[in-house]
Amino acid sequence: MMNADNTPRPPYTTYNEWYANQDRARLIAKSKEAENIFRKTGITFAVYGHADSAEKLIPFDLIPRIISAREWRRLAQGIEQRVLALNAFLDDIYHKQEIIKAGRIPRELIEKNDAFLPQMVGMRPPGGVYTHIVGTDIVRTGEDQFYVLEDNARTPSGVSYMLENRETMMQMFPELFYQNRVQPVENYPYLLRHSLAAVAPPGCEGKPRVAVLTPGIYNSAYYEHAFLADMMGVELVEGSDLRVIDGKVRMRTTRGYEAIDVLYRRVDDDYLDPLTFKPESALGIPGIMDVYRAGNITIANAPGTGICDDKAIYSYMPEIVEFYTGRKALLENVPTWRCSEPSSLQYVLDNLADLVVKEVHGSGGYGMLVGPTASKKERALFADKLKARPSNYIAQPTLSLSTVPIMVNKGIAPRHVDLRPYVLVSDKVQIIPGGLTRVALKAGSLVVNSSQGGGTKDTWVLED
Amino acid sequence: MLGRTANGLYWMFRYIERAENSARLVDAGLRMSLTRSHLGEDNWESVLQSSGVIDIYEQRYESATSADAVDFLLRETTNPSSVLSCIETARSNARMVRTALTRETWEAVNECYLDLKSMLARRVKAADLPEVIDAIKRKTGLIRGAFHGTMLRNDLFNFSRIGTFIERADNTARILDVKYYVLLPAVSQVGTAIDNVQWESILRSVSAHRSYGWVYEAEYKAANIADFLILNGRMPRSLAYCYDKINSNLGYLEREYGERHSAHETSVNTLKSLRNCSIKDVMDQGLHEYIETFITQNNRLSQEISDGYRFY
Amino acid sequence: MRLKITHTTEYSYAEPVSYSLQRLRLTPFTEPGQTVLNWETSVEGAKVEVGYEDHFANRVTLVSVMGDQIRMRIVASGEIETQDRAGVFGPHQSYIPLWLFQRDTPLTKRTKQIRDLAKSQSGDGVLAQMHNLMGAIHQAVAFEPGSTGTETTADEALTRGIGVCQDHAHIFIACARSVGLPARYVSGYLMMDDRIEQTATHAWAEAHLPGLGWVGFDAANDVCPDERYVRIATGLDYRDAAPISGLVHGAANETLTVALTVEQQGQSQSQS
Repeated sequence: MMNADNTPRPPYTTYNEWYANQDRARLIAKSKEAENIFRKTGITFAVYGHADSAEKLIPFDLIPRIISAREWRRLAQGIEQRVLALNAFLDDIYHKQEIIKAGRIPRELIEKNDAFLPQMVGMRPPGGVYTHIVGTDIVRTGEDQFYVLEDNARTPSGVSYMLENRETMMQMFPELFYQNRVQPVENYPYLLRHSLAAVAPPGCEGKPRVAVLTPGIYNSAYYEHAFLADMMGVELVEGSDLRVIDGKVRMRTTRGYEAIDVLYRRVDDDYLDPLTFKPESALGIPGIMDVYRAGNITIANAPGTGICDDKAIYSYMPEIVEFYTGRKALLENVPTWRCSEPSSLQYVLDNLADLVVKEVHGSGGYGMLVGPTASKKERALFADKLKARPSNYIAQPTLSLSTVPIMVNKGIAPRHVDLRPYVLVSDKVQIIPGGLTRVALKAGSLVVNSSQGGGTKDTWVLED
Repeated sequence: MLGRTANGLYWMFRYIERAENSARLVDAGLRMSLTRSHLGEDNWESVLQSSGVIDIYEQRYESATSADAVDFLLRETTNPSSVLSCIETARSNARMVRTALTRETWEAVNECYLDLKSMLARRVKAADLPEVIDAIKRKTGLIRGAFHGTMLRNDLFNFSRIGTFIERADNTARILDVKYYVLLPAVSQVGTAIDNVQWESILRSVSAHRSYGWVYEAEYKAANIADFLILNGRMPRSLAYCYDKINSNLGYLEREYGERHSAHETSVNTLKSLRNCSIKDVMDQGLHEYIETFITQNNRLSQEISDGYRFY
Repeated sequence: MRLKITHTTEYSYAEPVSYSLQRLRLTPFTEPGQTVLNWETSVEGAKVEVGYEDHFANRVTLVSVMGDQIRMRIVASGEIETQDRAGVFGPHQSYIPLWLFQRDTPLTKRTKQIRDLAKSQSGDGVLAQMHNLMGAIHQAVAFEPGSTGTETTADEALTRGIGVCQDHAHIFIACARSVGLPARYVSGYLMMDDRIEQTATHAWAEAHLPGLGWVGFDAANDVCPDERYVRIATGLDYRDAAPISGLVHGAANETLTVALTVEQQGQSQSQS
């Protein structure tokens, strides 16, 4: 937030003046109020492996993270390029695989990858879109310096926090929104619904019927599923509500079965269709893949999109972007060592104290090593794991991430953050100006995942 | 509207109603043991019976002491009708049908759950019982208030209301079923102390001891009490009142959907029989048989609604 | 050779089935070695939901049984003109990558005895080795109808030394993959020389060989497919290519009867 000379960076100027005039006790009271709003609303998530604390709140910090319009434009261009490349890559991988034939990525990357779904081969989803909703995790290291940490092209979550954080801020500090011209994020559900409807199957008659598929109330992101369905004004369905009838997937209503044209599913690929994938899955719909291949339903995101967002593919994103867009990637990748390559593995083992090591297929901050903050013993244990299964890991340097201020007991303090903007893809690409800012609450920590004690903030993109 | 959503709303409101009912039974039981301590275990046994949980209670406890019975009715997790179980189930259903509820209704349910969960986290001390029971009534009342104040009067509303009144009719009928014998002319001796106690207990279980006084000039008579709880169309917990509501809500559904199910027949017939008969007819037919038939019919209606509107 | 085929499958259930889905792979294509002259699939007691081409380019029909059905009958019939290509199907043609056919599946795991069997085949070149492999499997596993089921793995069948054509195909596939060759499962029809009424649909294997492309090997009969064979569907193993596979909701005790006739039409054509 501050320049080196301790003056606020331009986007923060107005906010900083406001903050300087605030009564601290009032802010602390507001902070409690925010927590109460979240608890009352039921904005909770479930942490796996903590049976006693089934529903937890994600800590909310009330100092917004502010991005200038100019910086955002640059970022948005880079994201759009990247998302278009991801979709082109998916189309290629499930058809001719030209990128492999051209020798730009190794065949093993796809061949050895469980996220590659043979059932998608030769299948072009309605509208030609594979990943309809993308969350691109980004970190900032300085003025106009952004790096992509990872692409989330399966079922990125967290967008409900983006919306609730904004809602809460507007309720608590309406005056801030008069003083600062903040670009809106509230229309996300509207945009999402229209984006989904725009890729309805060609045979769909009348207005496309959209529904959200959830694994149910025990899923960690259930709140978000219900929230999005509610805000879009569409049904929130479970597998048991759905059946293949007359060539379409239909939901059981109090008046009989009604067709669904576009299913925004928040159920993993493996559980989507017991007839095709895990036969024991009770969360899915038997035969939905048949209906899908016959072109009678749109599944968003398409099954098999995981092939483009795992961490091993990530290291090839610069090549992938260039291959499909013909231009250099506008957004940089964090330099990544693939431990499957012997020379890289050696480098990683030699420099473990300076690196972050992640599982190739991991998510949510589980199973990773943060070299600089890990103990000697932890690093030694991790080195053994690395040596045992090198291809399971990648490593990245710890970037000197920029920090943003958060409220702490004794005033404000700098903390590391990342940013997940949300992107909608249909016949066009729409990037919502803002996103989910996740913040590491521990001083010096680089881990922002909510499952590891991270918090969130409202994210402002200012108008010009 | 999804069949599962209709099912969720229906059961959410059944369980909220049941939670209130369990609290009311505890309230009446406490009152009895306070003023008529000589009743002892019999008092709590009949309370547990009215709640339909005497069997599972006896698997756990040897005798029906006040402290154990109250705890069992308020917070025992193996008792599906305890206040805590009911509120948990109601909230699970509310979470499932979250998109069908207004924000106010959902928040009222969620708050009720969070507050009662902490209030009932451990055994409630005798001294704190009035406050806790009061809180249960108030919190469930808030849900009802939020629901009535904010929900659109559409099919969602109708399924919720039907759930409430099917459950309420069941509760009232069960109370009558357990205590029917004290209302029989043969055994009831007008004015004896023991009957007054029993009658008062029945009326308290349905929060009707005051209103009864207004309607029947405070004269405790078995036939009047039966009339009040079964046939009086203005008493909000009577069987006639419940069926009036069930019937009108099913009527709305019929008009909206343009579809009539066997549930409509069952409901109309039950309402007719409640309207076109006197308490003398009921007594002549046999109170016990009458109530048993009613409970069976009420369950059947529940099943028919669930089939007709594709709950599963 | 002109073959006339009538394949009838009938399911009857002890109790009504509330909901059941079946995938039918019963439609042959015109392709190297066969020309479809006419073909029709009809379904009774079930409803066709959708038809599509799956990732192995098989024609799939999804049918549902709903309500109080106790019987479903599927009849696939038509005429196919076939040629003897000495088992050679030819180049790989679909989007599905060849390397996928080198993957293990649960039914075709390359266990030690599978690898040993594959390695022990001598011969001048891959083609000869595959012929020897086919003969070895034919020797090692006796054909015995009903001895194994749809869940039997290649390794189990090899251990027990008995099986049906499906097991011979699975063992062949597992062995071929263990020496690095792409291999696939083929389901189809075979006209046995001595009869018109066939006991069951047939299955064999194909391996992808350098220079030749896909070549068929029928280890159950120790021959490469000729003009008596009709290909219907392919896949990594039985599960991908089974003529009928499905899922039944409800405790339906099902009985399956299959009637299959494959007969030669117009003798003169086969001599051309």
